[in-house]
Amino acid sequence: MTFWLLLTVNSVTFGGLLFLLSAGFSLIFGLMRIPNLTHGSMFMLGAYFGTTLLSGALGIRFGFWVAAIVCALQIAVLGALMERLLLRRLAGQQLAQVLVTLGVSFMVADLCLMGWGGDPISVATPPGLNGFIRFGAAVFPLYRLAVIAIAVIFALALWLMLERTRLGAMIRAGVDDPQMARVVGIRVSQLFTIVFALGAGLAGFAGLIGGPILSVYPGIDQDMLPLALVVVILGGTGSLLGSFVGSILIGFIYNFGQALLPELAYFILFLPMVLVLVLRPQGLFGGQIL
Amino acid sequence: MPAKPKTRKVNRRTVLAGSVAGAAVALTRFPAPAVAQAEPFRLGLLTVKTGPLAQGGIQMEQGVLTYLKETNYMIGGRKVDLFSADTGGNPAGTKTKAQELVERDKVDVILGPLAAFELYAINDYIREQKMPTLSLAAADDLTQRKPNPYLLRASATSSQAMHPMAHYTATELKLKRIFCIVEDFAFGYEQMGGFQASLQKEGGCVVNKLWPPLVTPDYTPYVAQISDCDGVCQGFAGSNPLRFMKAYANAGLQYPVVTGETGGDDALLKSFGEEAIGLVSCIPYTLDLEVDANQRFINGMLKNFDTIPGQYAGLLYVNCQVVDAALKATGGDARDKDKFMTALRAVSLTDTPRGPLKFDHFGNVVGTFYIRRIGTEGAKYGLKLWNKTIKTYENVSQFWIWPEQEYLAHPVYSRDYPPLTKC
Amino acid sequence: MSIHGRSIAALIAVVALAALPYAIGEVYYVNIASQILLYAIFALGLNILVGYAGLVSLGHAGLFGIAAYVVAYLLVAGHGHVLAIAAALVASLAATAGFAALSLRSTGITFIMITLALGEIIWGLAYRWISLTNGDNGITVPARPAPFGIALGNARAFYLATLIVFIVAIVASGIFVRSPFGAALRGTRDQPRRMNALGYHVWMIRFWAFMFSGLLSAIAGVLFVYYNQFISPQALALTASAEGLLMVISGGAGTLLGPVVGAALVVIVKNVVSAYVERWNFMLGAIFVAIVVFMPEGLVPGMVRLTRSIWRGKAKADPTLPMAAGRRQ
Repeated sequence: MTFWLLLTVNSVTFGGLLFLLSAGFSLIFGLMRIPNLTHGSMFMLGAYFGTTLLSGALGIRFGFWVAAIVCALQIAVLGALMERLLLRRLAGQQLAQVLVTLGVSFMVADLCLMGWGGDPISVATPPGLNGFIRFGAAVFPLYRLAVIAIAVIFALALWLMLERTRLGAMIRAGVDDPQMARVVGIRVSQLFTIVFALGAGLAGFAGLIGGPILSVYPGIDQDMLPLALVVVILGGTGSLLGSFVGSILIGFIYNFGQALLPELAYFILFLPMVLVLVLRPQGLFGGQIL
Repeated sequence: MPAKPKTRKVNRRTVLAGSVAGAAVALTRFPAPAVAQAEPFRLGLLTVKTGPLAQGGIQMEQGVLTYLKETNYMIGGRKVDLFSADTGGNPAGTKTKAQELVERDKVDVILGPLAAFELYAINDYIREQKMPTLSLAAADDLTQRKPNPYLLRASATSSQAMHPMAHYTATELKLKRIFCIVEDFAFGYEQMGGFQASLQKEGGCVVNKLWPPLVTPDYTPYVAQISDCDGVCQGFAGSNPLRFMKAYANAGLQYPVVTGETGGDDALLKSFGEEAIGLVSCIPYTLDLEVDANQRFINGMLKNFDTIPGQYAGLLYVNCQVVDAALKATGGDARDKDKFMTALRAVSLTDTPRGPLKFDHFGNVVGTFYIRRIGTEGAKYGLKLWNKTIKTYENVSQFWIWPEQEYLAHPVYSRDYPPLTKC
Repeated sequence: MSIHGRSIAALIAVVALAALPYAIGEVYYVNIASQILLYAIFALGLNILVGYAGLVSLGHAGLFGIAAYVVAYLLVAGHGHVLAIAAALVASLAATAGFAALSLRSTGITFIMITLALGEIIWGLAYRWISLTNGDNGITVPARPAPFGIALGNARAFYLATLIVFIVAIVASGIFVRSPFGAALRGTRDQPRRMNALGYHVWMIRFWAFMFSGLLSAIAGVLFVYYNQFISPQALALTASAEGLLMVISGGAGTLLGPVVGAALVVIVKNVVSAYVERWNFMLGAIFVAIVVFMPEGLVPGMVRLTRSIWRGKAKADPTLPMAAGRRQ
């Protein structure tokens, strides 16, 4: 019984983390029509930046939450730079853009190795969330529950942004029909930069939030990117609800798969992705077909 | 029709053909004449600086450098050139780097690799190339049923520390039903196999064995399966013990935990938290061994790298001592590989950071193993936690208390051997 | 260039390549050359899809790896080399057919993603199906074959054997590409709807191209496992597929020599440059980004264009090449 409870909570936590990672990926994919292969790298970079901030860069020891926000902003800026300097040059050529993101991911991985070394770095749980909640025989670390809360808050915030703000309307228009969006005067290329920055920032934020659970190590970008991909394909590109549901689903498959079917753990993770792409390419909630 | 004028066209095919030929000429090297004594001694190091095992690999290099700095880069009366290679902590990378060290850098001896699965991958290659290798990596069978004459192991086989650990667990901690969890690679299988065999000999049994992959970001799905036992035996390596112990504590589990040589390594003491208090480990090198060589070594590590060493550094320091002793015995000559191997295997030292050691006829060490428990008592060097030695097992060989022939008659420890029994 | 001239150039190249191991003194560099050749075969295979069919795959390392694993598994089980190699090719081709059936329903970005997922599935099985593949520990191949009594354990002999396979592969690719089928394939790349209207069965054409591509990848996989005498899941990871793509794109997709040059580039950066520059992954990525942005048609056509423009004044990018064609949009 404890086993099921523990794993269920862990699945939802992991799902929450995946949502923070994939929401941005989904928006970028939906709007710019490219799978951003640097998304895992942004996650990793955010986590690494976070560890530096937490250990006292520039003489200031940042608190956990402040560090997370600062990282998010830093990675957002990097994302915006990458979009403007590299991706915009190749506007209209999706294939080339995907390849550029692939090349950049190689570069970021090595830069992180240069900057932070090959040894995994653990991130301390923020003080205050160090405790547990007991539920019968089961014990749930507070921090993991907090991650679920953060994911929900961000989901609501993103939903509000998309549904209620002008920016959100422009994004939705761009996702639905970029040609028409341009015709009605939406500056689509500027939108691209904003969304790419937003996506990157979210990924960086997720990186540090995930730190106390996963720690940071070289190769975490290669571990997280395929997960984001599966979530977004499953849920539907450009769909926030799809990302949310997809993340929780993948959280469950990942955790229970490792525990119950270790030999097929990755098989059952990627099989849904193949099935969706072949049978229902728009995913569970996606609007447009890829 | 007029004859076609002969035009010399440069097109990509000719360019390519020409550059291939040019490259061939450029890459030709002429072998340098061999001059033995005046030539520096080329020491190769296969270590891991990337990934979960990097924690150990970085220390391996520091251990070697500490020795070299102490002897002013002299071994066996010759100046030393160190060639350090990062295998990435995986067999494929180890193969590539081993080839580089042997073929490109032309080393005389290889120290390392770190992990058992890495050693298995290059075993055939080392034997073919007759390259004396002082491995840190365990890989039991290479000094047992498939002995490699060019291998020398001053550290331990994977199971060598686990045999006494199981003995201690059953006889002194009085824990009989143990749940085992370790990474899914050769070092893991062999550790747990040894633990189980020795535990069963003392009347205990293993409840279950779990094998999370080497790179597991979150141990919770595995920790959630631990239940119904007297104690837990973990065998994690590199920096994985840190995250495992945290995940274990986070799940509220309170069974006593025992471990082998890597799971409670002294170098991790600065990163462990309260969750590690009470962890009992068995290891060939311990910080609190008060002998001269150990003091010299620790001081060297603190001075050169401001790092508190663990067994990865300690055992590489010992490896350097062994090479030094052997090279002195051959008068500085390492060109005859077989003669050099004989000298290496004949080495017997008393003043090393791990205490006295000698080698059995397979080239594996026979030495002392220390049982320690993590607590706050006796902490030095600014640490909050300390591994305090509570028992010493001397003259431990790779076969533990079994006669050699009986031990070799059963298959090498693996995922399925010894098989799980009703417990 | 005339046929005559082309054949002479090709002959010179073959002779130079065959003489290489005797010119280079050191075994280490002969081994590098063997690696370049086997990866060139892999890149040639990937290029059939990427360059000539216009379908970018990020899963080809899976096909490469299946062949390697089957050889290793059968050899360790005690079977002979001929059986092992034959079984490996059959298994890999079967997997290729599966890949093709699933992924050819779409093109473009969706195709990339399906092949990525399929590649990851194969990797995941290799990584975690320990009882079959030994997982991270990998499988060691006891010995290289000795056909006609020539031990391929010797580096030079292995190089020459690889060279022969490479020559067969590149000649076969050349014939494939220059055949009417090849022309039809390029047609499906550039104008699929028109090809359909003209009565060509676009799906079948792509399918057979995929199969040929898979065959070349499998051959490369067999050579790889014999070269290393070891296989582990790393060889099937996403990074491995990405590196294959790097080789094709950087050398020049849609050309015959491009993948070869690209393979040489990647192998040399990985092995030789890594002795002097520790962070070669960064270099690889940077070179790749530079090529995609500034020389999208790849190194081989790009260099040709540069040298032509130096000799005769400004020249334009060849519009029939897929990457350069993208620029027109």
